[in-house]
Amino acid sequence: MSQEQAIIRFQNVDKFYGKFQALKDITIEVNPSERMVICGPSGSGKSTLIRCINGLESHNAGKLVVDGVEVFEGSKEIINLRQNVGMVFQQFNLFPHLTVLENLTIGPIKVRKIPKQEAEVIAKKYLDRVHIPEQADKLPAELSGGQQQRVAIARSLCMESRIMLFDEPTSALDPEMINEVLDVMVELAETGMTMVCVTHEMGFARKVADTMVFMDEGKIIEVAPPDKFFSNPDSGRCREFLEQILEH
Amino acid sequence: MESSSLISVKGLSVRQPPAINRFLASTPVSIVIYCLIIGGILYSSFKGAQSMGYNWQWYQIPKYIYSYTDNGFQFGELMLGLWATITLSFTSLVLAFAIGLLVAILRLSDLLIGTKVAICFLEFVRNVPLLVLVYLFYYVLGPVFKYDRYTASILCLAVYHSALISEILRAGINAVAQGQWEAAKSIGMSKTQTYRYIILPQSIRFMLPPMTGEVVHMVKSSAIVSVIAVAELTTLGQNIISDTYMAFEIWFTIAIIYMVVILILSIGASQVEKRYTVIN
Repeated sequence: MSQEQAIIRFQNVDKFYGKFQALKDITIEVNPSERMVICGPSGSGKSTLIRCINGLESHNAGKLVVDGVEVFEGSKEIINLRQNVGMVFQQFNLFPHLTVLENLTIGPIKVRKIPKQEAEVIAKKYLDRVHIPEQADKLPAELSGGQQQRVAIARSLCMESRIMLFDEPTSALDPEMINEVLDVMVELAETGMTMVCVTHEMGFARKVADTMVFMDEGKIIEVAPPDKFFSNPDSGRCREFLEQILEH
Repeated sequence: MESSSLISVKGLSVRQPPAINRFLASTPVSIVIYCLIIGGILYSSFKGAQSMGYNWQWYQIPKYIYSYTDNGFQFGELMLGLWATITLSFTSLVLAFAIGLLVAILRLSDLLIGTKVAICFLEFVRNVPLLVLVYLFYYVLGPVFKYDRYTASILCLAVYHSALISEILRAGINAVAQGQWEAAKSIGMSKTQTYRYIILPQSIRFMLPPMTGEVVHMVKSSAIVSVIAVAELTTLGQNIISDTYMAFEIWFTIAIIYMVVILILSIGASQVEKRYTVIN
């Protein structure tokens, strides 16, 4: 049954960079409204995994189906698919030459062909949701890191995506700005959005995750609900990792 | 023993440089040295010309720039030449930009054949001297495709500069952070949309400084078409000299005309550049 339901489905996916194998035989499923948090040491393939979902990286073997569409290199459907899959990046990647409002409306206007006024109404709604309605007319460079990342989240929301991907959204932020971004993400999780999040923020993970995934050296080592994951993980490697990052 | 006294720079005490350095670096001394050098050059060229028995006829020059007769105000020959230089450069520039854009797009495309064609074109144009290109376009391609010397000069300049412009475009596009591509892709933009709304608006500020250099370069290199006798500033200058033997005055005048035009272009360019500066 779950095969039919899954909104993201990896089946024996491999990914190579030249001779280096970044993903090794990945098989995993994400159900609609599921919140999955992926963690693991750097270089373990978690970013590669999440970037495969909207085709920013293409896998070399295996099958990947997202929202009923098979993702593969050169697929024409992938452009349509990306409208349903929002992505938030570590480095925000806002468009520096556009105001905050334009950053939010350019996708809806140019890609979804929504009239400008309507797009602005939607954009303001989501700016409200990320708690920065007053910044609409500023340029990204005039905002703090935390504010920029919240704009980036709002930009993805404006596409009215069904799936949101977060690639280490708080790793480039000053410590005092991490919480404002995490708060927005927790609120978002409460709306029932499907979320896949690569992060080391274990407090956040404990609060929102339905499923925890631990990766190492391109392989998925552990998949467990957070209770079990944090208290009694099966693999020693995962326990070691958790001890390391929860130490402080 | 004053040479090791301390002075205050931005609130810090630093050792003062030796007196002789301070003397040489002071503004009045710099001006005097500058005047001496310039004066020396001018004097020696004047002396040299005198020893050749050169007959200076500066009073002849104004009529080649403008004249005021019964028919009213008229531009002189050199000004007509300058106008030809400007129209020639401008036409070539527009064409060069179009070809350059095409080559840059080919070069950046995913098509293997496109990339190869672009690279062949670039390597050919960049590794052949401009003078040879001029001869090629006039003496070889001219008779083949039956066009005149003016067309030959425009085509030649356009092709030569398109190679340089396409590299400027490519560098400007590549200078935009990779994350911008990813962000645009992730909101579902196609490649064309990404170029148009995200990449090109940002790459303009990377392209402008070298592109203004290209405009200047174009005006300067347009002088080379005088070898196929296209009636632009340099050619008309040569014609006047062969009529009057005023080589020194005319070449000085032409150099100054080029300099003034290019200075104006450069100042205009730096104004445009300021407007396009984006904070990152």
